[in-house]
Amino acid sequence: MVDVPVCNEAELTNGEMRLVRSGKREIGVLRHDGRYFAYENSCPHQGGPACEGLLMPAVKDVIGENGVYTGQDYDRSEMHLVCPWHGYEFRLSDGRHAVDGDVRLRKYDAFARDGVVYVTV
Amino acid sequence: MDDLHNDGRRDNSDTRFDTSVLLKNAAKQRDERGYDDFLIIDVDSHHYETEAFKEIAQYISDPVLRDEAMFQGAGHGGITSELGSYQSMMGRVTRYPNRKKEKTPPAPHRDITLMRRWMDAMGVDIACMFPTPMLNLASCQRIEVQVGLAKAYNEWLCDRILSQDSRLKSMLYLPLHDPEACYDIVKQFGHRKGVIGFMITAPHYASVYSNAYAKSYSLLQELDVPLAFHAGFPSSDQGLKLTNRFIGLHALGFPWFNMIHMTNWIINGMPERFPKLKTIWIESGLAWIPFLMQRLDNEFMMRSSDAPLLKRLPSDYMREMYFSSQPMERVKNARALEVTFEMINAGSQLLYSSDYPHWDMDLPSTIYDLPFLDEIQKRNILGENARKLFKLPTDLSDAKLERRAARAAAQPAG
Repeated sequence: MVDVPVCNEAELTNGEMRLVRSGKREIGVLRHDGRYFAYENSCPHQGGPACEGLLMPAVKDVIGENGVYTGQDYDRSEMHLVCPWHGYEFRLSDGRHAVDGDVRLRKYDAFARDGVVYVTV
Repeated sequence: MDDLHNDGRRDNSDTRFDTSVLLKNAAKQRDERGYDDFLIIDVDSHHYETEAFKEIAQYISDPVLRDEAMFQGAGHGGITSELGSYQSMMGRVTRYPNRKKEKTPPAPHRDITLMRRWMDAMGVDIACMFPTPMLNLASCQRIEVQVGLAKAYNEWLCDRILSQDSRLKSMLYLPLHDPEACYDIVKQFGHRKGVIGFMITAPHYASVYSNAYAKSYSLLQELDVPLAFHAGFPSSDQGLKLTNRFIGLHALGFPWFNMIHMTNWIINGMPERFPKLKTIWIESGLAWIPFLMQRLDNEFMMRSSDAPLLKRLPSDYMREMYFSSQPMERVKNARALEVTFEMINAGSQLLYSSDYPHWDMDLPSTIYDLPFLDEIQKRNILGENARKLFKLPTDLSDAKLERRAARAAAQPAG
């Protein structure tokens, strides 16, 4: 296992992503709310560049008393990385598909040390 | 609003966009799978004719209609318009909002450049292109507008696009609500460069078995070009109006109208009345076909007097028809897809289609990576079946030929 430097911490602002290459693999390293996440930039669906898509809160239907639909809202505690090719949504926290956890992005460890962001490959 | 922009999301506002970059992983698949070594033909892809709408409008012969079209323009009308307006899922499928940012040179025509970019990235040699918003033209209640726009679009497409690039083909739009106009269009455009057939958008409230179309079907037979039924999803349909989300409208709407037309086509004995007319059923996925085969066969055995022209089971006729592959249902029970392939004689009747750039596009790898197909079957579905059906050349694209030549030159001598 090797810690590959990605960029300086200051260069990766909240919600931003950097791509790094490791052999034939391309890895997206993301920062969100002070945490770092890294996934292979290849969607398990058709191979789209999943890390380059939008980062959005999960959408939820809001159901009130007696099963009444009252509207939609964002669940900001669950951010989704959305593949730009087809819209597959993956939980930023673990790279699993928002509904079918068996479908997931390949995950890597990412962290900051001495002001530099690293990904372990 | 501020809250929405401070939650750490990434949006598209500063992103530069280029099809070749978006599809870099497709190019990687293309190279890894060796697509340079064989022909791939895509029988269902799209451009956005609305981006050239002012050019198209100039081809409308009625001057009043032309002025009206120039004034009003085309395109979707925002959030209160039909459900299809939010296909991009609020920008999640980034090529929708970013498309307008893509830079293209002054020549060739922007549509040609954009088509070539995605085709080269995916490894597609020849593509049959269809319009996008015009697929819903049939829902316009002004028949003269349907006809005027259909003729203008077809003329523009032949003049500006198909005549300029032999890799681009089309099956031209027929305004089904005017049978005479359909006949005129087949007659006028049947021999134009790049025209490989004619197309009905499935959501027409018209009976495809009507005698009014008989002479058009006879002419298509005589020209030996296929008739395609391209799926669609009119949200004005009374049944589909019950859906409130695009996913419901699309999942049901796309197969629904093709199921209706297919049923009428068979039960009224059209395959017997026009035995040499080849039909293609486009963009309804594949799962509906085994369903309809089973329904029609079962009922036909009990009610054969309802369809007296048929000499065989409905599914026997369906197995001789052609089907485009996208959006191919990728479900957890992979055996379902394999059985579907068997039931439709996919090896000879299935035609690969991407539907690019639409939100549910399929890459060639959706076919190439299927574990139950051998290499010959994969190549047949990806290109050879279409090449034979449309009588197309075997020429690979220039980009493929250049890469092959470079690889050959890099081989050690001797």
